[in-house]
Amino acid sequence: MKKGNTVFFKNAPRIISFAAICGTKEKEGVIGEFADIALDDDMYGESTYEKAECKMLTNTIALAIDKASLKEKDVDVMLSGDLLNQIISASFAARDYNFPFLGVYSACSTMSESIMLSAMMVNAGYVKRAVAATGSHFASAERQYRYPLELGCTRPPQSQWTVTGAGGCVIAEGKEGIKIVSATMGRVCDYGVTDVNNMGAAMAPAAADTIMQHFKDTGTSPCDYDMILTGDLGALGSRIVKDLTWEKGYDISENHVDCGEIVYNVIENEFQGGSGAGCSAVVLNSYVLSKMRAGLYKRILFAATGALLSTVSSGQGESIPCISHLVELEY
Amino acid sequence: MTGKSKENYNENYLRYIRTQDPPTQHFKNCAAAFGVGGLICCIGQFIRIMLEYAGLTGDELAGSTSVILIFLGCLLTGLGVYDRIGRYAGAGSIVPITGFANSVTSPAIEFKTEGWIYGMAAKMFTVAGAIVVFGVFSGVLVGLLYYFI
Amino acid sequence: MGQEMLDIFLQFLKAFAVGGGICLIAQIIINFTDLTAGKILVYFMLAGVVLTAIGVYQPLVEFAGAGATVPISGFGYLLANGAIKGAEKGFFYAVTGSLSAASAGVTAAVVFAFIMALIFKSRTKRN
Repeated sequence: MKKGNTVFFKNAPRIISFAAICGTKEKEGVIGEFADIALDDDMYGESTYEKAECKMLTNTIALAIDKASLKEKDVDVMLSGDLLNQIISASFAARDYNFPFLGVYSACSTMSESIMLSAMMVNAGYVKRAVAATGSHFASAERQYRYPLELGCTRPPQSQWTVTGAGGCVIAEGKEGIKIVSATMGRVCDYGVTDVNNMGAAMAPAAADTIMQHFKDTGTSPCDYDMILTGDLGALGSRIVKDLTWEKGYDISENHVDCGEIVYNVIENEFQGGSGAGCSAVVLNSYVLSKMRAGLYKRILFAATGALLSTVSSGQGESIPCISHLVELEY
Repeated sequence: MTGKSKENYNENYLRYIRTQDPPTQHFKNCAAAFGVGGLICCIGQFIRIMLEYAGLTGDELAGSTSVILIFLGCLLTGLGVYDRIGRYAGAGSIVPITGFANSVTSPAIEFKTEGWIYGMAAKMFTVAGAIVVFGVFSGVLVGLLYYFI
Repeated sequence: MGQEMLDIFLQFLKAFAVGGGICLIAQIIINFTDLTAGKILVYFMLAGVVLTAIGVYQPLVEFAGAGATVPISGFGYLLANGAIKGAEKGFFYAVTGSLSAASAGVTAAVVFAFIMALIFKSRTKRN
């Protein structure tokens, strides 16, 4: 059933298991004790950062399947993506598995997009169990989108820090686990922000648009949810998204939480907080879902945000189009 | 309201986010840039004086001084120290010749994972290539100008 | 002896003030515009070329020594100075003079960068 941009899942697909791997820097933050594996070395025993990112993703998927007490043959499909060109980490992770692979890309909102698509397929009955996973690595993202690591340049105060980590979950039909109630497909928003260091400001309109669209479609209001979780807006973007929704008559300031804002212990060193596909994936698949399972949160909105730019587009002076997909979870 | 077409709203939004920008710490940045930049130049001056004692003069002296500074810049980049200085000092470590050395060495180290020829060698001048290109071009212009005048 | 020490001290002071001053100007430009490091380097180098061509930079070099030659504008000075000197010798040297003068810097950068790439590998950052 679909109303507006929101799809409702009447068979209520469930998140039956989840797993996350985080890097050394993330270990010190709030997710450290909830992540399944916290790396001691960001290389993860590999020779390059791209290989390390791929290995994180591979192992996350294996962990998620394992925690659901499933075998590789029980999984029908895997949906995954990442930040690197031609989503190599996800594709290369998939070659270790026998199940089919669907590559998805919506930058940092890949986690919510893959959960949403998995839920759609499971709800429709095409597949029984699907894996949704994504990850990112600071060093590989830095060298693709910005500068070589050793280049001595200053970070502007608006900038964010790409999270090293991967998160994944298994979505299946059944009666156990966290229910996926509905999902709102995001529209691409571009308000003309061209500053690649100011992702929070670029992505906030997309998050606000999708969250308000969800309220409109479902007839709910912010106070119906225990938590409204955005992806990686950072401290600055969080302020902006609160302003934007407040302007339209929705006050989310009470229960809004941003993954990028909470992922690091001391936010001053990372300026506006964490970013990257791994940011929302790690926080959701460790801290948030664990707390949901413990009964702390009953009903949450998860709206990861993604900036759909490339080095080519920003080099050509294009503004940054952004997207945000939302899934509603209930336990 | 989502698209680029609504120019007016964009303008408002861009103006709004400019008010939300976190403040730049002008004084701290500038003091760090001045101090570190000055210090690197003093090191240069020290090397210069030392080489002068060693008996070098003219072009040889100037060239040797910058070669030693470039070596120090490359070494600190390799050791992973220069980017720390850069994060703190901003322009103070970018503008001296050691910053040029850093911008050559860092992609060379970074991209050697993609092979020696297409990775390390080809990408060595991704940042510093512009300096060489514009430098040589403007230098030739100046030379021609002085030749014909 | 005292006079000599004072001279050397003054040399350092001048180098510090002029070199730091050039970096300060760059930092102010970075603070108030969104120019990246690469662009700053190119603009300062071009400024060095232009200032040398109109004869302003040479006195500054004589005054501040390394304070004026160590910043990237000194690289521009080197290029322009080489071109100007070459122009006196003939057309061929007018064209090749600039890069010949800067050859030491570029060679050193290439050679040392190569050696560093052989030895070191990039490491991920924690802050």
